[in-house]
Amino acid sequence: MLGKDGPVKKVQWVGADNNVVVITAAGEIDLHQSNAFQQSLMEPLEQNPSRVVVDLSEVSYMDSSGVASLVKLLSRAMKQGIDVRLAGLNERVRSIFEITRLDTVFGIYPTVEEAVVSE
Amino acid sequence: MNESTSKLTCAPVRMSVFSTPSHVAVVRVAVERYCALLGFSKRSAGEVALSVDEALTNVIKHAYHGKEDMPIEVVMESTIVDQRDALRIEIRDWGTAIEPDKIKSRDLNEIRPGGLGVHIMKQCMDSVDYIPLPQRGTKLVMIKYCNP
Repeated sequence: MLGKDGPVKKVQWVGADNNVVVITAAGEIDLHQSNAFQQSLMEPLEQNPSRVVVDLSEVSYMDSSGVASLVKLLSRAMKQGIDVRLAGLNERVRSIFEITRLDTVFGIYPTVEEAVVSE
Repeated sequence: MNESTSKLTCAPVRMSVFSTPSHVAVVRVAVERYCALLGFSKRSAGEVALSVDEALTNVIKHAYHGKEDMPIEVVMESTIVDQRDALRIEIRDWGTAIEPDKIKSRDLNEIRPGGLGVHIMKQCMDSVDYIPLPQRGTKLVMIKYCNP
């Protein structure tokens, strides 16, 4: 579900073999947006990428509903052997991952570029 | 700002919203602005707003089971608790009552979606109390000290 009303604004395939998907989200992700967010996160998994990078640099706010969508993505991706990374979290968004200790579960990178190229 | 204006600035703010997810952001913004009036740091104001967001989300999902046209009342006020300046936030619903004994933070070692709201509220606020009401519904009272 891509579109101006949902939080996911862009899905881009990158990498040497075009097998890394970068999902760019924006805005505030709370209960109101979490269903659309989750659906948009899951769709690229059907094409079996080797890695999913979720670009959160334009996300200004996230609550536990948004975090739950990312945890669902992680759970399903792990079953398929797909690596999930988060990039560009601002201080406010990062703090909810720290409060819930999920900052130790997700690979969190300062930028999309680092998340894409790091081993 | 004269004394009476200052008192009015910190006067209680009462909001009535429906249990529609799009109203969560409306309340969140108002809470953050009220915290700023009381002199909270940006970080603390953000923590209070996040706690209110999580509380409203719980009301919508668990007290009202996703019904979007049910009433929620939010009252925020400056107060004194244990001789300290504090913000008191009360959130009232008329939905399925919550049993306070069953409300607890879940084990964070379990990597699964959901169940994080209460943990977040307890981490971000200085006290979180659920009070089941005799007629119907629940009153949640949260306190955050102005100067930690």
